[in-house]
Amino acid sequence: MRPLTEDETKTFFKKLSNYVGKNISSLIDRPDGMYCFRLHKNRVYYVREEIMKLAISVGSKNLISLGICFGKFNNSGKFRLHITSLVYIAQYSKYKVWVKSNGIMSFLYGNHILKAHVGKMSEDVPEHMGVVIYSLDSDTPLGFGATAKAATEVSKANPNAIIVYHQADAGEYLRDEDTLF
Amino acid sequence: MGRKAKNKQDVPLPIEIEKQVGKTTAGLRNKLSYITHKNQKAANNKKASGKKTNSNTISFVKAEDHSPAPIKNTVKNISQKTHNQTIPSNKRPASKSSITPAKKIKSQSWDSDENEADQAPVAEQSDIDQNSSEEEDLSDDANDDTPDSDKEQSNEPADPRTQHKKMLFDLDSESESSQSELDDIPDQEEHDSDLGSDQDDHLEDSDEEYDSDKVNDSFSDSDDGDNTIAGLERKSERLTKLQSIMDEEGEKELLESKLHMPALQETEVFVLPEADEIEAEESGIKDMKSIQVRIQEIINVLNNFTRLKQSDRSRSDYISQLQSDLQFVYGYNEYLLTKLMEIFPISELVEFLEANESPRPITIRVNTLKSKRKQVAQALIKRGVNLDVISGKWSKVGLTIYESPVPIGATPEYMSGLYMIQSASSFLPVLALDPQPNERVLDMSAAPGGKSTYVAALMQNSGIVFVNDANKDRTRALVANIHRLGVTNTLVSNYDGREFPKVMGGFDRVLLDAPCSGTGVISKDPSVKTNKSEADFVMLTQLQKELLIAAIDSASASKAGIIVYSTCSITVDEDEAVVNYALSKRPNVKLVETGIDFGKSGFTSFRGKHFDSSLALTKRFYPHTNNMDGFFVAKFQKVSNSKK
Repeated sequence: MRPLTEDETKTFFKKLSNYVGKNISSLIDRPDGMYCFRLHKNRVYYVREEIMKLAISVGSKNLISLGICFGKFNNSGKFRLHITSLVYIAQYSKYKVWVKSNGIMSFLYGNHILKAHVGKMSEDVPEHMGVVIYSLDSDTPLGFGATAKAATEVSKANPNAIIVYHQADAGEYLRDEDTLF
Repeated sequence: MGRKAKNKQDVPLPIEIEKQVGKTTAGLRNKLSYITHKNQKAANNKKASGKKTNSNTISFVKAEDHSPAPIKNTVKNISQKTHNQTIPSNKRPASKSSITPAKKIKSQSWDSDENEADQAPVAEQSDIDQNSSEEEDLSDDANDDTPDSDKEQSNEPADPRTQHKKMLFDLDSESESSQSELDDIPDQEEHDSDLGSDQDDHLEDSDEEYDSDKVNDSFSDSDDGDNTIAGLERKSERLTKLQSIMDEEGEKELLESKLHMPALQETEVFVLPEADEIEAEESGIKDMKSIQVRIQEIINVLNNFTRLKQSDRSRSDYISQLQSDLQFVYGYNEYLLTKLMEIFPISELVEFLEANESPRPITIRVNTLKSKRKQVAQALIKRGVNLDVISGKWSKVGLTIYESPVPIGATPEYMSGLYMIQSASSFLPVLALDPQPNERVLDMSAAPGGKSTYVAALMQNSGIVFVNDANKDRTRALVANIHRLGVTNTLVSNYDGREFPKVMGGFDRVLLDAPCSGTGVISKDPSVKTNKSEADFVMLTQLQKELLIAAIDSASASKAGIIVYSTCSITVDEDEAVVNYALSKRPNVKLVETGIDFGKSGFTSFRGKHFDSSLALTKRFYPHTNNMDGFFVAKFQKVSNSKK
């Protein structure tokens, strides 16, 4: 476990800002305690400092996880955001898309979101922007993705057009348990 | 499952089935003729057994030998009733006449369902039901008598057969309801409505008869709409008088029935099979049903040993036979069954074994970090799930799932972490631990994380939950659950729990849900029945002791200093013995109340071993009494940090 290097921080924050925008600052300066990002086995964890200090005394072989895992760096140095980060991403997200009940299961099985499934979405979403997917009925976050079209173009699209590309969904907890953690 | 599997193994060849069917029907005819013509019984039996020549026959003969017993007994019980009648003398003849036809009908009905007759217990039951329905047709008075006399019998301490008791109660309840209908009509004609309602109240008690008759006799002319206070007083006086009369007569009857208890006829005594018979049975095909009947018989004998035993057999003969039969029927290995027999009295043991054959209801725990019980319940009901809050008021976050058209572990609500599938019993150690916000808590063997996420939820994501599991593969599911439920205050490690005070100490609270044999969760994992040997128990108890010592040493007395030890096993070796060991090795801890107000207290002595008296503060939970997995919870308080 170690703090992120400058390059890593840059890559990571660039990725993260795609979803939470300027809210990154509120992830770091929190009123309820000091929080930090730590890298452990290529994964980035977001954790309260108290817990991080305890984790120092745990052997790196024995340390499995701490706090919340945001995602991992792959071998080529790119950062990939995991579904596990949803708890924070949803909290600070800038743009949201609400999915109707007929599209929920489809999305949770890893499919893109079609226009027919979109209940409502934030008005000013640009193209290729990270969005958090919510369920329209219960308003619970289900995952996140990237817009295929800007919000302004959505009304012109045909019902089968992809609006949001799938990136991560809560179904991965069941499908990808072996590779995710 | 075990039972079915056993049955499959013993599938007989078609020829054998033919033989068997032929023989059993022959045997049943014998039984029937025995009931109707008791005198010819011996001759008939001879004929039947004379026909059988090959080695397998013995088991069948045996099956016949004792399966008639229950039938005889029911007949006898009913006839006994007539003997024991002492009260309202004018009713005696009526009741006798009412029962004799019933007896006849019974024997006829045996004739008619010959094919089912080898399912002795079931057939019997239905028979009795028929019987009672027949009785409904009989006169009021007769109906009044039967249930009452039944009760006398069941009250008798000497009544031999619990099985029949049960059935007689069934009969009671039916005839009672029928009786209430019958009674109400004539009574309301005679009395004002007040009395009628009185009667209704009393119908559930055993004194219907008095209400309907004595009340009739003595007050039929006296009460005419007395709504005044004086009238009510009078009425209550009458009732108390009645009550005292009833009590007296009840006692009298009880005494008399004791005196008049007919001597057992030899044919009614259950005969324990001889050693050579058993051998023959082992080599041949065992008949599941006859063995189940035999189990019931042996339990009856054991429940009333002095009266029903064979003079030349000892209690241990019966018990060893019972054990081998139970082993066969439920598929346990000898070692585990012996262990279980040590824990439970015989009748409770069968209840426990039966409870292990049926699954416990699925329960879920609502994740209070993300949602509320009401919301989750509503969302699931929308999906067509049939659910209810967990029975009892001890949990505010539990829901029981009765039926679900969708897989409960794959709904969008589950995936977004609104609830966790978790057995009701595993709520208990967390409730006992009672974690408070901003504490440092250790969960020593946490996977798959049901309890640790519950701890985190109770702490509202504050403080630190140090989650450990010794098995690296299982930590994956643990981490997945932690993230899914949105728990942010954990640190997951992969140590052997025994290393613990060295890795880190000074915890406020430590939860040790120790690895165990799983004898409390046999309904979930039936392989426990056969794959646990003495060596496993020795190894496990050793590990449990070491872990508990490590857990105690990891807690800090200067903080909350609470340690909770729990297992999903019900053997004393893994529970009380381990706790007692820890108490003796670490005098700086003491047991405290778990804070759970149901379940049984732990054993303070067991088969000659005496444990610390404070072990009564520990709690045991059983599948057959609490309808949750078998579980054990002990809560320690650390009083000082010095180990001496």
